[in-house]
Amino acid sequence: MTGLGGPGAPGAPSGRPGPALDIARAVRAGSVSALETVERYLGAIEEVDGELHAFVSVLHESARREAGAVDAKVAGGDDPGPLAGVPVAVKDNMCTRGIPTTCSSRILEGWCPPYDATVVQRLRAAGAIVIGKTNLDEFAMGSSTENSAFGVTRNPHDPGRVPGGSSGGSAVAVAAGMAPLALGSDTGGSIRQPAALCGVVGMKPTYGTVSRYGLVAFASSLDQIGPLTTTVTESAVVFDVIGGQDPLDSTCLERPVPRTVTALDEGVEGLRVGVVRELVEGVDAGVGGAVAAAAEALAGAGANVEEVSVPELRHGLPAYYIVAPAEASSNLSRYDGVRYGLRVEADTAEAMNAATRAAGFGPEVKRRILLGTYALSAGYYEAYYGQAQKVRTLIIDALAAAYQRFDVLVGATTPTTAFAIGAKVDDPWAMYLSDVCTVPSNLAGHPAISIPFGSDGSGLPIGVQVLAPALGEPVMFQVAAVVESEAPVLAPPRVHAP
Amino acid sequence: MAADHGLTRDDAAYVARLARIDLTDDELDRYAVQLAGVIAHAAEIAALDTEGVEPTAHPLPLRNVTRADEPRPSLDRAEVLAQAPAVEDGRFSVPPILGEAP
Amino acid sequence: MSGGRAKTQSGETGGWEPVIGLEVHCELKTQTKLFCSCRNAFGDPPNTNICPVCLGLPGSLPVLNIRAVEYAMRIGLALHCEIRPSVFHRKNYFYPDMPKDYQVSQYDAPINVEGWLELPDDSRVRIERAHMEEDTGKTSHIGGGGRIHDADHSLVDYNRAGVPLVEIVSKPDIRSSGQARLYASELRGILVATGASDGRMEEGSMRVDANVSVRPAGTFELGTRCEIKNLNSLRSLGRAIEYEIERQVGLLEAGDKVIQQTRHWNEDEGVTVALRSKEEAFDYRYFPEPDLVPVVPDAGWQSEVAASLGPMPAERRDKLAALFGPEPVGRAVADQIATVVEHGLDGLVTAAAGAGIDPGRVLARTANEAAAEPEAARRVDVAAFIALMRMEQEGKLSATQTKTVLGELLEHGGDPAEIARRRGLEALDTGSLSVVVAETIAAHPEEWQRFVDGEEKLMGFFTGHVMRATAGQADGKAVAAELIRLRG
Repeated sequence: MTGLGGPGAPGAPSGRPGPALDIARAVRAGSVSALETVERYLGAIEEVDGELHAFVSVLHESARREAGAVDAKVAGGDDPGPLAGVPVAVKDNMCTRGIPTTCSSRILEGWCPPYDATVVQRLRAAGAIVIGKTNLDEFAMGSSTENSAFGVTRNPHDPGRVPGGSSGGSAVAVAAGMAPLALGSDTGGSIRQPAALCGVVGMKPTYGTVSRYGLVAFASSLDQIGPLTTTVTESAVVFDVIGGQDPLDSTCLERPVPRTVTALDEGVEGLRVGVVRELVEGVDAGVGGAVAAAAEALAGAGANVEEVSVPELRHGLPAYYIVAPAEASSNLSRYDGVRYGLRVEADTAEAMNAATRAAGFGPEVKRRILLGTYALSAGYYEAYYGQAQKVRTLIIDALAAAYQRFDVLVGATTPTTAFAIGAKVDDPWAMYLSDVCTVPSNLAGHPAISIPFGSDGSGLPIGVQVLAPALGEPVMFQVAAVVESEAPVLAPPRVHAP
Repeated sequence: MAADHGLTRDDAAYVARLARIDLTDDELDRYAVQLAGVIAHAAEIAALDTEGVEPTAHPLPLRNVTRADEPRPSLDRAEVLAQAPAVEDGRFSVPPILGEAP
Repeated sequence: MSGGRAKTQSGETGGWEPVIGLEVHCELKTQTKLFCSCRNAFGDPPNTNICPVCLGLPGSLPVLNIRAVEYAMRIGLALHCEIRPSVFHRKNYFYPDMPKDYQVSQYDAPINVEGWLELPDDSRVRIERAHMEEDTGKTSHIGGGGRIHDADHSLVDYNRAGVPLVEIVSKPDIRSSGQARLYASELRGILVATGASDGRMEEGSMRVDANVSVRPAGTFELGTRCEIKNLNSLRSLGRAIEYEIERQVGLLEAGDKVIQQTRHWNEDEGVTVALRSKEEAFDYRYFPEPDLVPVVPDAGWQSEVAASLGPMPAERRDKLAALFGPEPVGRAVADQIATVVEHGLDGLVTAAAGAGIDPGRVLARTANEAAAEPEAARRVDVAAFIALMRMEQEGKLSATQTKTVLGELLEHGGDPAEIARRRGLEALDTGSLSVVVAETIAAHPEEWQRFVDGEEKLMGFFTGHVMRATAGQADGKAVAAELIRLRG
């Protein structure tokens, strides 16, 4: 376990620790209690979440209890963990035992899982405290957190705008100072895109490095859990805590994941950085400018920066919008009103299923289930799903070729800054275009991170994305740390906890 | 393009039955149009030459992931049934089932 | 239904050839379920062996049971299949007993393919595949006499959900109901011999469905087939197939078509009925299971499993038959051999034969008496059994007395000589036997004359009297020999 006892402690990174690591250091040193910390953040939530609606549930009682346990450990001289006393906001599609886990859907309203997700267990074992469950696009399907059954989440930089999605609640919690750390899930960009729109760091790990046990599945071969944080260092620390083999997840790697924290100080001297044309073409001017500035900054720090074209990436979005809904259509079949969740009564079991699902799912979820069912149905499987899985291979091979010449790739995280609430709800494909820069990493199973890099003319945050090959987290964080250090200072959001 | 891969209203109705979701006539019409639009975009890839390309079912080449045949404690039945919409005699109750299992 | 028609030995029905394939689902005898560590146990209170995985709770994930893979390989090897790299697929459909509303199964890349099964009548049925899949929960229908059609509501127990199954699919090589029964029976014996399953049809650990079609004799194109379900015994299997063949022949001869459908065997009425639900073909939308990775048993593992397999029933039957010399054994002996192997008692016979006991005698004794109490017979002390056989062989006990001692040996164990002594059992010596036979003949002169003149069946009359007169102490064979000797 990475100790964070203070300066000089083994493995302690230099650079910007960030609010979460500041808390951990203070709690471990005994200079601040976990309970005080929890109370402070509960107060923050009280203060600003009325307007922003990042949280679906706030766990006043259990958070205080967990804080008490951490304080007892510190008092007893036992190691409370590297994230001791750090309040964490957990996206409401990760199971928390005895605590409602809704996926922001009516169909799971009030459902309390009888078990914890593995990542939740690992965070708690590291001393973190689950302070609340955050809002998301229903079942993680969306790019704006407008598809929640329990209300829209608002961007703290401009509450008339979306925070991005689907992990909008988690991004807002961190951006607005309601939690120093949050967990999100990323299937097509759902951590990185809201991170970019809200001005926080959001990271999607290599597929298979973080257990999915307890993550309510959207698209099983694409989903990964990752951190949303204020700094790159915090992102690396959390990844080290939650990552690693889990016997409950067959798709989770058996060998230990690369430890990343030590890579943060390495710098980028001599590293080969490729700026991907397809990840900047068509993006807003401000966004394009930020990527160019970040690339320049990396060059200035000693990296070899060149442009590169990976045309296969253009096929990522269509392939994604076949694979993801197809898997989702199957993953969401279990919501049938029989064993848990919403039930709409009817004369027969079949009618009950159909009425329950009609009432329980929102329009975006229905759309994707229909799309996915269609793509898998007899006569269409080869043309759609089969073909999309082959396109994945094309993308993987193309990226592999790029990684022969480059250590990391760089581009925009998402083509625009935060758009107005309601602006894209009527045109599905327009909304889906938000994911064009992020889906390739999901399709390939590669890690990627979004780092805030300034803002556009309206002061809305912009994110720059660093991509690495599978298990390339160390070099990815290495480069991300430099990008962060060179980033223009971002003004705090209009809505922020005191 | 939309016509080639067009999702007709009947297609939408068939798919809704497969997916076991009741849709109103309005919804059927609306979704058919929206889905046809998405499929038209997504079907860009139908034209790609993927001759000889293997599909990627998993991003990572894992094989033979198994566990030992050793029992572990099961869930507490009461905790599970407490979340159920309808329970009788320790079992989940459902309205009469029309069809046979395949 | 048209009137009955004569059937030939091979099952052909007046110019029509039945074409039958069987699909057998067998539950594997693992400790835990296929994808989770819940107990794989029959008969526990409902919903007590469930967990997030087998209940399909949101966020749950499957992890494959290694022993289930081993058992699936055992079955494949016993059926002479080729073991291949395999993947799991999702078979998507809605039903209340399905926690995820999809079943994790194997589709176009199953673990075992292209095998065969040799039947005791020397015919061979090819095996297309034997793949792994998970079982569903159990639904009980309340109201309406327990049948689905009139039920008021249904109750679901998920204890069985996730139990490992192997589905064995034969090619349509079977040509009669008799051969189908033989196949099912032999397959059951093999499943039990592999240790992978206990093959109990009545308990549902072995479920047989039959695909039946007919075609004009001598043609090669397959006719339209129907799938017959709800066959809970070998007898039902045979009866249902017979009924279905006749039904289809009747339709075709009347100029109608056979509709492809699933039909349910009704044991009470003795008919198959089409299921009431509208037969919309299920679109299962199979796709590779993204939560599981491929299973690739290497050569080393395959060899290990093959080496751990004991001899199969066919081999064991051959071994018993070899005790009787190189010539094929007669029907009666073959039946006894089949019974003995079916009950797992061939070890007893080979041990006794090896110790010098006449094979015919011990085979008969095992098939008739010991197999009546198979559990006890499998546990009996082999040395004691051999000693008892030797006593009979040496004439120290009559057949009847041997049966009595055997009964006690099976029930309570012990030493045969001691049991015999305690019960005052002793075979009648030859001298005393001659006296009783002579007395019996003297008491029935008419019948004796008729026997001398050739009425063979009076042998039984005299033997019966002698046995009664000696309270079973006489040995039946010795009595017969004496009668024949006296007749001259």
